[in-house]
Amino acid sequence: MSGVACVRGGRTLFAGLDLALDAGGAALVTGPNGAGKSSLLRLAAGLLAPAAGTVAAMPAALAGAHAALDEELPLGRALGWWAALDGGRADLAGWNLDALAGVPVRLLSTGQRQRATLARASATGRALWLLDEPANGLDAASATLLAERIAAHRAGGGAVVVATHVPVDLPGAVALQL
Amino acid sequence: MIGRLILRDLRRAWASGGLFAPVGFFLLVAVLFPFAVGPDARLLAQVGPGVVWAAALLAALLPVERLVAPDLDAGVVDQLAVRGVGAGTVALAKIAAHWLGFAPPLMASACLAGGLFGIPGDVLLHLELALLLGTPGLAALGVATAALTAGLRGAGAVAGLVMLPLALPILIFGAGAGDGGGGGGLKLLAAVSLLLVAGAPAVAGAAMRLARD
Repeated sequence: MSGVACVRGGRTLFAGLDLALDAGGAALVTGPNGAGKSSLLRLAAGLLAPAAGTVAAMPAALAGAHAALDEELPLGRALGWWAALDGGRADLAGWNLDALAGVPVRLLSTGQRQRATLARASATGRALWLLDEPANGLDAASATLLAERIAAHRAGGGAVVVATHVPVDLPGAVALQL
Repeated sequence: MIGRLILRDLRRAWASGGLFAPVGFFLLVAVLFPFAVGPDARLLAQVGPGVVWAAALLAALLPVERLVAPDLDAGVVDQLAVRGVGAGTVALAKIAAHWLGFAPPLMASACLAGGLFGIPGDVLLHLELALLLGTPGLAALGVATAALTAGLRGAGAVAGLVMLPLALPILIFGAGAGDGGGGGGLKLLAAVSLLLVAGAPAVAGAAMRLARD
């Protein structure tokens, strides 16, 4: 991204923002509520058009505020639908969700739903992860798991952009304060 | 890919009992009407096709609120966009799924309604053919309306106000085709239906893209 500006509802959230990530790179986006962290991720995902500047991003996996899973389906099938669309396999074991495969999505707790959202993103097999508040609602063990999964993804040549309020362990990440 | 989208929408329609509601509604209207008009067999056979069309229109309108809005709210449309599936493709899949969900059962129950009204066999055949041609247009209109009204408070009522006037040509040509006035009515009905099916994905897709911003 170079010189990117974002205007939402007639208000300029940020302007002149530059961000470049190499393979294995990471960016940590912080800022107060409404500063445009989620908008930045949606810009990178190509869901929003920048008001100025250019965004050139490889196809990304976005894990945002919405799980985008069918509430009435068991978790395994709900994740499996997206995995089939992506031509891969659902990533249940990697997020410690094995035991929940038969539980309908609507019955999941906040933290479980968060892990399911992350599992949907990680199963895409895409190199760029855009994670919006990935540590929200996670317990200590799951937060550690999140840090491990991100580290493994970066070690495998992937890149990560994390927007968060909660501290997330991202060694060597570019800090971006909005 | 589009097949998966259609199957998913169909499964969701089944899961929410959505397939029985339009058909049950359709049959109830067909049953209620003779009570209101009276038992004059000749009159009933005459108004029958028109009633069947009005009931079909309302049945297509019934599930409009859950066609698009839930997927927009749950971020499914966003996730598909990230995967390069355009909103127009999503809309096309939704039209196909909506049609598969309500039209075949409706056509089956139209035979039943035909019996209730005492519609003669050849007229009923014409009516079924007209339904086959006209219902894709209704499905397209339903999805476009659903996308336009998604996120509005009381979307169902607004959807009715948006959709029913636009469905007038289908109603006119559809009901007219049952009179046996040659193939002209059917051809016009097919033309209107085709126009709606061709235009609706673009309209619904644009509405969904706007909702995303």
